[in-house]
Amino acid sequence: MKTVLDFLKNLGLARLIILGFFVFLCAAAILLRLNLAELLTSSLARIGMWGVLVLAMLPAIVSGIGPNFGVSLGILCGLVGGLTSLEMAYRLEGVVELGGGALFFIAILVSMPFAVMTGIGYGWLLNRVKGSEMMIATYVGFSVVSIMKLAWLFLPYSSPEMAWPIGRGVRVQISLANRGITRILNDFLSFRIGDVVVPTGLLLFVALCCFLMWLFLRSKTGTAMYAAGDNPRFAEAAGVNVNRQRIVGTILSTVLGAVGILVYAQSYGFMQLYEGPMFMPFVAVAAVLIGGASVKRATITHVVVGTILFLGIQVVAIPVANAFTADWSSMGEISRKIIQNGVILYALTQAGGD
Amino acid sequence: MKPDTLGAATAKTANAAERKAFLVKHMVTIMFIALSLAGYILAGMTPFLFLMDIVARVSRNAFLVLSLIIPVMAGMGLNFSIVLGAMAGQAVLIFVTHWGVNGLPGILLCLVLVTPLAMFLGYLTGKLFNKTKGQEMIAGLILAFFAQGIYELIFLQFVGGIIPMNNTTLVMSSGIGIRTTVDLTGGLKYGMDWPGQLWGNDTLLRPTLPWAFLSVIAAIVVGYLLYVFVFKGKRPSPPPLIASALALGYASWWSIVQIQESTQINWIRVPFLTWIVIAALCAFILFFSKTKLGQDMRAVGQDRHVAAVAGIKVNRVRIIAIMMSMVMAGWGHIIFLQNMGAFSTYGSHEQIGLYSVAALLIGGATVSKATIGQALLGVLLFHTLFIVSPAAGRQVFGDAQVGEYFRVFVAYGVIGVTLAMHAWKTLLQNRARQEL
Repeated sequence: MKTVLDFLKNLGLARLIILGFFVFLCAAAILLRLNLAELLTSSLARIGMWGVLVLAMLPAIVSGIGPNFGVSLGILCGLVGGLTSLEMAYRLEGVVELGGGALFFIAILVSMPFAVMTGIGYGWLLNRVKGSEMMIATYVGFSVVSIMKLAWLFLPYSSPEMAWPIGRGVRVQISLANRGITRILNDFLSFRIGDVVVPTGLLLFVALCCFLMWLFLRSKTGTAMYAAGDNPRFAEAAGVNVNRQRIVGTILSTVLGAVGILVYAQSYGFMQLYEGPMFMPFVAVAAVLIGGASVKRATITHVVVGTILFLGIQVVAIPVANAFTADWSSMGEISRKIIQNGVILYALTQAGGD
Repeated sequence: MKPDTLGAATAKTANAAERKAFLVKHMVTIMFIALSLAGYILAGMTPFLFLMDIVARVSRNAFLVLSLIIPVMAGMGLNFSIVLGAMAGQAVLIFVTHWGVNGLPGILLCLVLVTPLAMFLGYLTGKLFNKTKGQEMIAGLILAFFAQGIYELIFLQFVGGIIPMNNTTLVMSSGIGIRTTVDLTGGLKYGMDWPGQLWGNDTLLRPTLPWAFLSVIAAIVVGYLLYVFVFKGKRPSPPPLIASALALGYASWWSIVQIQESTQINWIRVPFLTWIVIAALCAFILFFSKTKLGQDMRAVGQDRHVAAVAGIKVNRVRIIAIMMSMVMAGWGHIIFLQNMGAFSTYGSHEQIGLYSVAALLIGGATVSKATIGQALLGVLLFHTLFIVSPAAGRQVFGDAQVGEYFRVFVAYGVIGVTLAMHAWKTLLQNRARQEL
């Protein structure tokens, strides 16, 4: 009994409400005789889609910079990689035929140097603003997304699926279908159980990323990073270069953001530019917090549980609300806003003031 | 070296150092003055169009920007949660429009009704900020997103169902939820800007721009003379005094020329009642900062722990600061929307926090210090940039989009840079204090 109470206490009120809401939604979906196979299929796809982006929060929290509200920087690097790989496919037409899988990996490879460089600079900045990382990260993210809106107008991408036929700049939404990148991971080894489609490749990829992160956290650098985030003064005394570990954490988070958006885009079938990346970090932050992380502590379990819970709610909420009454068509989006920002606020109050 | 040349040399370096310090301190403002001027020249707009736009924008935005000052005073940083005040203002506008109270009486009713609502929201926000000390800004930002969800829940799902409202112009055709845009034309539009509207009076408190300038200049001169000779206030040092006298002299000469030559400029009508309300708010903030509560707020802003030791109820003072800011934001948003004349029900409040904070910072304010002058200068500069950048973008790049994206970047960028600079400075100060 005592352990159950302790468990509930650790879970916290906000998470209990969210868990209750999820259980309620699932029960309602069953009672309302919604198509469960369809719900499960899209839940699995959504969870996989966001998995790497949510995982990007982990190195940031562990290294002590807190949930990475500026993961949009990594997302932008990923998008640059994606666009460059599409452009390569266009320019090399007739010379080499690049398949979807090759293009996907080229996109990741191209985005890597950008992500690492950005991570170094961003980590350097975050080391100078200790104590206000979350706010600064948010506004660095917003600023860079808005300056990239200008960049999308000027970058020399000429492939017809990207550039507007007339006028300046690249399109708002770029389809990946023509080059065969759409669902390249989702469809790999995918199989059906009844009517439920399991996107094996996607889930395997997310699992692989989680496993690599798990390995890294147990390496020498990983342990040092953990120490730096857990108790900076103690770590400093023990000879760990705290600032360096924080930069390593930021680089990892940015790199995962870049990979994450490419995984997201291949599943969604489109890359969204301009406003697209602006508010994505908040979803990832909320997911890891719902999973039980705090702004100072997070584990792989938190990432996995949080992604399943938060993205699961998003998938189930809309059809359930619609099945109740047609007037409640906006309920899914509204509940997402309330849950997502409510849980971030809750985590902020739990962190306590100085 | 002779002693007097040595003295002169040190005076010279001291002067140079002072000048450098001045430039560094006002870097942001100087940069934006240069940027606005460059934009204005590149855009090639006529002064008439520019002045018409800037008068409208400054009049409708100044109140909102001023609402940010008191939380800065209390050391709570830039209050991104004014979005909640704006939501309260908008909610009240929807209901007063529904009841059909028009014009100035309608606006007054709105101002009365929004006050308790904004105070309540401010109280809750203050409670939240007391639980997230040191992280008020990010908490305020996320709170605004959270409140957006609640606002949508109420106005998109509850109104028409749980909250009955029979109004085919306001409510969607399905009977549930407020339409995505609310039109105030023929109702509350220009309720404050044009007080004689209901009685068909076109000119009551709506002077032309040159006459408005002349009256403001007269008010400034009379106020200054009263301050110096009747209340025996401290005279400012000569350079700023001469500079202001020259500026006011030029402005009056310009206004008289405009009137005499009856140029286009005379077509611009100034919402004088709104200007009076803004001036009253400025006076109130000045007065308030001198009161006991205002002084307590400053003390809390300087150092919470010292203030607590001195017997100030820190948490209470902080809650009051947010409540005041929230009420001002509610009023400010009503003033903003009565000038716009129509608003997007689920969007027009979202950017209020961003644009108001950016305007304040462009005026030279920081996270820990903001004055009325900075707020007003900031509104002027920010909106100059807002007006000229699409036109400048079209002239330079053949694409107005470039200018539009640029001005949004400026808003986010100035906030990001100011926040980072402030955080860095605080970190260095703390480190220096620890080393002592």
